Amino acid sequence: MTVLTRSIRVVEAELVTYRRTWRGTVISSFVNPVLFLSAMGLGLGSLVDTSGADLAISYLAFVASGLMAATAMQAGASEGAFPVMAGIKWRKEFHATITTPLGPADIVYGRFLWSIIRLSFILVVFALISVLFGALEVGPALLAVPPGVLTGVAFTTVVTAFTVTQEDETSLSTLFRFGITPLFLFSGTFFPISQLPDFIKPIAYATPLFHGVELVRKIALPGVDHSVVTSLPIWVHICYLVAMTAVGLWLAPKLLDRRLRP
Amino acid sequence: MRESIVQARGLTKKFGDFVAVDAIDFDIVKGEAFGFLGPNGAGKTSTMKMITTVSPITEGKLTVLGLDPTTQGRSIRQRIGVVPQEDNLDLELTVAENLYVYGRYHDMSRADIRRRTTELLEFAQLTDRAKSTVEPLSGGMKRRLTIARALINDPELVILDEPTTGLDPQARHVLWDRLYRLKQQGATLIITTHYMDEAEQLCDRLVVMDKGVIAAEGSPRELIAEYAPREVVELRFEDGQQDQAVLKLDGLAHRSEVLADRVLLYTDDAEATQHHMSERGIHPEQVLVRRSTLEDVFLRLTGRRLID
Repeated sequence: MTVLTRSIRVVEAELVTYRRTWRGTVISSFVNPVLFLSAMGLGLGSLVDTSGADLAISYLAFVASGLMAATAMQAGASEGAFPVMAGIKWRKEFHATITTPLGPADIVYGRFLWSIIRLSFILVVFALISVLFGALEVGPALLAVPPGVLTGVAFTTVVTAFTVTQEDETSLSTLFRFGITPLFLFSGTFFPISQLPDFIKPIAYATPLFHGVELVRKIALPGVDHSVVTSLPIWVHICYLVAMTAVGLWLAPKLLDRRLRP
Repeated sequence: MRESIVQARGLTKKFGDFVAVDAIDFDIVKGEAFGFLGPNGAGKTSTMKMITTVSPITEGKLTVLGLDPTTQGRSIRQRIGVVPQEDNLDLELTVAENLYVYGRYHDMSRADIRRRTTELLEFAQLTDRAKSTVEPLSGGMKRRLTIARALINDPELVILDEPTTGLDPQARHVLWDRLYRLKQQGATLIITTHYMDEAEQLCDRLVVMDKGVIAAEGSPRELIAEYAPREVVELRFEDGQQDQAVLKLDGLAHRSEVLADRVLLYTDDAEATQHHMSERGIHPEQVLVRRSTLEDVFLRLTGRRLID
């Protein structure tokens, strides 16, 4: 078996499990965007759009595009956190897997592929609901799915590398409370980074979700002007997220090996 | 000499400064059931993990099926079955799905897995549970499923780490019966246990491990012959009488052991011992004569201390 075949075996196992658990996740994939777009896009948006804010597009379009990246981050980070801790510690199925021809690296690569599949589904649903809300055009919305997936998997791989070094779930909730949630709020999802004080801007530019949000907006909202997005070229965002994914994919197998095979 | 399946020379496992396995040597040959007997913390599980290639060797030499675990782990794992100490089945999946996933990990075709699943569920007496999820199964059933899962790839060598720990007596006997059949079918088994009766029932040969080293090696019979005289006379005295009686026991047996509630006399001839006892005027409230067991060997070798 090649490393690809072995990783696909891990995806197959995830699919077998998913056949039993898909209902709950599918419902949240639909409900989540509807709730966010209603509350933030329509509710808050009606206030923003009439307040003379200097935004070239409707707030609904602004938030919908930002939320595609932010949702990808949350889902991607979750995929790298809880199922991984479960495999190591709660259900321990990783310990069973490594007694077969599969090894720790295959688990990481397989879960990476699985995360691509899960994120694609979540983001296609998000894109289509955004279209139904009149936030985005159908073509650009669907074109923004791959950049969204890239944003998500960058978090999956790095969070996986983090999770396998952690003793228990306390540190995972710390990660979400002090890492993921601030990113969600301050990476340009709900307001342009240009609104932040000058001394904080460089910090925002350094965060991964900022690049995800920018990348998704530049594709989902073609021709949008610089009141909405920065003038950074698209390739900067892509390179950032690809590099982050690569670092995670390089580190996680080594760290998982150390954890599972002491 | 029969084909050697596992060979260890100076095999050592260290975790930092702690030496879990301290330069042990052993040979396991094709078709035998080989036991590692020892108290908790003796190094049994660490040894199993090195054999199953899921823990790197610190020092020494180990070959499994003629291969090197350090560089050929994947090829070894393709040909062995592993039953871990703790069940790690996928509780959300059905019995059959657990076997399916494992079969795919072993690169088996769907048709092969289907055929093998039917056989294994029969073997594990789980046929009528094939479509049930694992969660509600009893401990014994989960254990049998874990064993069935380990057999999906028709392994040449099956490694069982404390296969019956935590099971009720009935479930243990069912499991012993299955393992015995497996052996009859020609599989080589490696079993770790701290149950003496289990080692006596299942193992052709065994080693007694203690504090990371091998304290003794042989067949259950050989070990009993070497480390424990044929019979054990257990004496119970009326309250307060034991201390006085103990003073008069000198020379009655090869060895005696005084416990809080009873005295054990290890002897080759229980009848003669009892005779000498009444000559000396020792009259216990209760006398029990039994054959000595591996448990006596074990306690002799590893001591009657409490291990946490």
